[in-house]
Amino acid sequence: MLPLRVRDIAKTFVMHLRGGLRLPVFSNVSFEVAAGECLVLGGPSGVGKSSILKMLYGNYGVDAGEILVAHACRPVDLAKALPREVLDVRRLTLGYVSQFLRAIPRVPALEVVADPLIALGSDRAEALERAEAALARLNLPRELWSLPPATFSGGEQQRVNIARGFISDHPILLLDEPTASLDAANRAVVVDMIEEKKAAGTALVGIFHDEDVRDRVASRVVDVSRYSQRRAGQ
Amino acid sequence: MNAATYNFAYLDEQTKRMIRRAILKALAIPGYQVPFAAREMPMPYGWGTGGVQVTAAVIGPGDVLKVIDQGADDTTNAVSIRAFFRKVAGVATTTHTAEATVIQTRHRIPEYPLKEGQILVYQVPIPEPLRFLEPRETETRVMHGLEDYGLMHVKLYEDIAHHGRIATAYAYPVKVAGRYVMDPSPIPKFDNPKMTMSPALQLFGAGREKRIYAVPPYTEVKSLDFEDHPFEVQTFNEPCALCGARNVYLDEVVLDDRGGRMFVCSDTDNCESRRTGTGAQS
Amino acid sequence: MTDAPILEVRDLAKTYGARLGCADISFDLWPGEVLAVVGESGSGKTTLLNCLSTRLAADGGSIVYAMRDGSRRDLATMPEAERRFLMRTDWGFVHQNPADGLRMGVSAGANVGERLMAIGDRHYGRIRGTALDWLSRVEIAADRIDDGPRAFSGGMRQRLQIARNLVTAPRLVFMDEPTGGLDVSVQARLLDLMRGLVRDLGLSVIIVTHDLAVARLLSHRIMVMKDGRVIEEGLTDRVLDDPRQPYTQLLVSSIPQA
Repeated sequence: MLPLRVRDIAKTFVMHLRGGLRLPVFSNVSFEVAAGECLVLGGPSGVGKSSILKMLYGNYGVDAGEILVAHACRPVDLAKALPREVLDVRRLTLGYVSQFLRAIPRVPALEVVADPLIALGSDRAEALERAEAALARLNLPRELWSLPPATFSGGEQQRVNIARGFISDHPILLLDEPTASLDAANRAVVVDMIEEKKAAGTALVGIFHDEDVRDRVASRVVDVSRYSQRRAGQ
Repeated sequence: MNAATYNFAYLDEQTKRMIRRAILKALAIPGYQVPFAAREMPMPYGWGTGGVQVTAAVIGPGDVLKVIDQGADDTTNAVSIRAFFRKVAGVATTTHTAEATVIQTRHRIPEYPLKEGQILVYQVPIPEPLRFLEPRETETRVMHGLEDYGLMHVKLYEDIAHHGRIATAYAYPVKVAGRYVMDPSPIPKFDNPKMTMSPALQLFGAGREKRIYAVPPYTEVKSLDFEDHPFEVQTFNEPCALCGARNVYLDEVVLDDRGGRMFVCSDTDNCESRRTGTGAQS
Repeated sequence: MTDAPILEVRDLAKTYGARLGCADISFDLWPGEVLAVVGESGSGKTTLLNCLSTRLAADGGSIVYAMRDGSRRDLATMPEAERRFLMRTDWGFVHQNPADGLRMGVSAGANVGERLMAIGDRHYGRIRGTALDWLSRVEIAADRIDDGPRAFSGGMRQRLQIARNLVTAPRLVFMDEPTGGLDVSVQARLLDLMRGLVRDLGLSVIIVTHDLAVARLLSHRIMVMKDGRVIEEGLTDRVLDDPRQPYTQLLVSSIPQA
């Protein structure tokens, strides 16, 4: 069973505050991702790459089609799954590194990073130890570890986000511009981390603006503009 | 004026019947507060209107009545109520616990042990033990109905938290026959142990609040407490300054304005009998 | 994942005379799940909460609760004694105004200990020990145990109310705007505390709030109510990031961007 199969998904935004304006984004998007490969969603901005990633995570609704995730040895269709099923898939199967960190007040960076492991029932001390290692690898200054990330710079927040996304061993990992606000050194670290995930058999789907990074990690590229409705309609 | 102006024991027969019905119900459900249609009595609220109505409903021509106020037979209130029933019921009165068949009391239980056939009638100002923490009568009634008594221990908890011990010294709440939590009226907690398994019938009347409740003879009455803070009664360091009695409840009497004082029996009849050697008092 | 809901609600309805409180409410709540009910005042969310918690009798529909022993009981036919017992052991209710959920006349320790005494704990030392433990879990200093809630700030009162509710390890907690009326910084602290407790204790929670930030931080799922009915529901981040209904879009677009 492939970790992730996407069949004929479609997305249209209906803007009720703008008189019910319909904005079709794409339709009939289909692809599959195997273990150990990194599928890159390509195409110019505005074609809906980010929307696809959010649909894969259950964050956006799916108007048509199915997203089959191999979850605990059975396929779950995220397009129709109940909220608790989506949450369970996220907990065990599906990791996500977003562009921006949604900071939780008062929770220190170290705990933010260790959180997915603790949610999986890991030993707390062990989870924190792994979180320290991840933050150290991403060169986040040690004095920031015990502070809540709300006041961090964009690049610092992103590194916390990456550490959090990569810390657990989810079979599928979604990456939404993980290197956008990083310097060359930290970009290189992230590329290494992605390669390690691939070697470990993780199925990755990502969006990378940075062509250099994209070329280094991509196993395949799907050009989303092929499915774009917006371009056809405009 | 002659006594014939009044019906026997002042109240009319219908009223006495109504009160007796309330008493019977109260006896059937020990500790439960039975509402009754309390009448206006020729005395102000707080002077024993509830107790007087209960006494009037149970007293017969052959009864011998004793009335005490804080243990004393000779205070205004006790004297007046005795005189009242002498006049309206023509009954004999006494100050000796052992001779009385009906004893109306305000805030004490006599020291001399009560016996079968005797009725102790308590005057009750506030019948609801839960009121201190839950002012809504609708709610306290439901709480009694559902035996929802956690609140009673909240009060005792507060005592220990603030005073290091259960500081409630009077009107100490009890559980009757393992079911209803009851206010024993403002008797000192020293008297609480006398209530349990008493051979006498104990009736409680609250006139202002129109409630009657009862403890039938030989009924278990348990003072609420904590396992690690068990119920305890007051103890006194010295005996009664007049009769030398120990293990009785003592009142502090101020003798002068230079700090002179003495501790004497609260139960005047018991004290007097011991001093004169009359009666088989304790 | 557990395979049975803790609460099953079907076609719940409540009217006030001719006026609709709420109607056609059906959902399942699962163990460990936090459900936020959002909507403007007057949308019926508080009516719904009061019906679910049996503080208000519904006019129609059913609420089935999974007891600790696994039996499933219809709350409408449950005898009051049993329901009250449930409410002070298995359930919690956190009011918006702490004065509605606390005994303002007794100390913090007694407020926390009351439920224990209500279920028969008669050991003062043990009750006090448990109260101290819970006060520390809600970040109230041990030396405040004998102070009354009147001496506490709004945030402390709310934390005390939470401790008072959680002391019997309930399985289901209802919350009515628990952060309403608090300063933003106090709110953040309270939210963080609640998040931790809910997760550590595996509580099922139904929280009514008009604050979508609170819903996002605490809840797994959202039901959006308007005019007494649920107009949209789903995973919290799905509803907030990709709202479908006109009213939900309006609600989400009304959040000030901080």
